[in-house]
Amino acid sequence: MTEFQLFLGLGLLLFLLGVHGLVLSEHTIRRLIAINVSGGGVFLVMVSLASRGDSVDPVMQALVVTGLVVAVSATAFALRLGSALTRAESSDREGDH
Amino acid sequence: MAVVDWVYDGLLALLVLGLAAGALYSLSLYRAVVFYIALGLVLALVWARLGAPDLALAEAAIGAGLTGVLLLSALKHQPNKARLMGWPWLPGLTGIAILLLLIMMVKAVWGLPQGMAAVGQAALLAVPESGVEHPVTAVLLNFRAWDTLLEVLVVLLALLALRQLTLPDETFPDAWPLLLAWSRLLAPLSLLLGIYLLWRGADAPGGAFQSGALIAAGLLMLRLVGLSPALPWSRFGVRLSILIGPTIFLLAAMATASLGAGWLAFPPDWSKALILLIEVAATTSIAISLALLVGSDSRELNQ
Repeated sequence: MTEFQLFLGLGLLLFLLGVHGLVLSEHTIRRLIAINVSGGGVFLVMVSLASRGDSVDPVMQALVVTGLVVAVSATAFALRLGSALTRAESSDREGDH
Repeated sequence: MAVVDWVYDGLLALLVLGLAAGALYSLSLYRAVVFYIALGLVLALVWARLGAPDLALAEAAIGAGLTGVLLLSALKHQPNKARLMGWPWLPGLTGIAILLLLIMMVKAVWGLPQGMAAVGQAALLAVPESGVEHPVTAVLLNFRAWDTLLEVLVVLLALLALRQLTLPDETFPDAWPLLLAWSRLLAPLSLLLGIYLLWRGADAPGGAFQSGALIAAGLLMLRLVGLSPALPWSRFGVRLSILIGPTIFLLAAMATASLGAGWLAFPPDWSKALILLIEVAATTSIAISLALLVGSDSRELNQ
C-alpha cells in the first residue's frame, strides 16, 4: 500500500461517513455539515487520483479548487434558506396562539 | 516510504476520521461546527501532503475559515439541539447500504491504472504556451477557462439568490479589546497576503480564488468586530465590484470568439496580459461576493 492508496481509502470512508450522517440527522445545519463532509471525501479521492503519477495532475487539482468555491457558495445559500425557514415556522407558530 | 511518513500519514488519517465523526455525531451542534472547522484545517494538511499546495491554501481559507463563520452565524438562528432520526431500524439499514456502497466504490477505484491520466499529461506539456508558469493556474485560467467562468457565475448566482430571501438584521456584541487590536493588524495583512498570492499565482501556488477568499476573510473580520461599514447592494461601487469579474471574463470570451481562434482560446502573445486582467477582476468580485455571501444582513442585500 502506498500513500496514494491510504488517502484514496480515506476519501471513500469520509464520503460514506458523510452519507451516513446525512441519512441519520434531522437538523438543517447537521445535514449541511454532512454534505460538506461527503464533499471533502470526494475531493480527497480526486486529489489522491491526481497524485498517483510521478508528477501531480494539474487538471484534477484545478477541478477541486473550483469545487471548493462552488461548495461554499451553495452552503451559504442553503444555510440562509434554512434560517429563513426556521424563522417562518416560528412566526407561524406565534400566529396560531 | 519511510516509517516517519507512515506515522504522520496514519495520524492525519485518524484525525480526519475522528473529527468527521465528531462533526457528524456529537450531540451539541456548536461542538459539531467546531469539529468541522478543525476537520477543514486537517484536510488542508492532507492536501499539502498530497502535493497540492493550491488546495491547501484554498481549503484553509474557504473550507475551514469562511464555512466555519457561516455555520457559526447560522447557529444563532437555529435551536442548538441535535437529534438523530427516531426510527429504530434506520441506522442498521443505512449501515448495510453503506457497506454495499463501499464495496462497489473500492472495486471501481482500485482497478484504475497507475500513472497520470492523459489529459493531465497534455496539460503539463502545454503549460509553456499558456502565458503562466504554474500548471494549476494555467488549467484554471487558460485550458479550462470555461469552468472558471461558470464558477464565477455560480458565485454571482448564489449572491443573487440570497437577495431574494429576507435576511435578519445582524447585531454583533461589542468586540473584546484584544480582538479589536488583532483585527486591525490582521485585516490589512490578509489584504497584503491576498494581493501577493494573486501575483505569485502566475508561477507558484496561489491565484484568484485563494486571494479572493483571503481578502474576503479580512473584510469579514473587520465586519464582525464592527470596524467596517456595511457594504450595501444599493451602493454603485459595491455592485460594480461584484459584477466586474464576470463582465471582464465574458468580454474576454466574446473578444476571443469574434476576433481570435474561438471562445476563450487566448492568442499566445496576449494570454499573459489577458489572464492577469481576468484574475484581478475575478479576485475583486470573489472577495466582495464571498464576504457578502457569508456575513451580510438585511441592510446590505435586501434594500
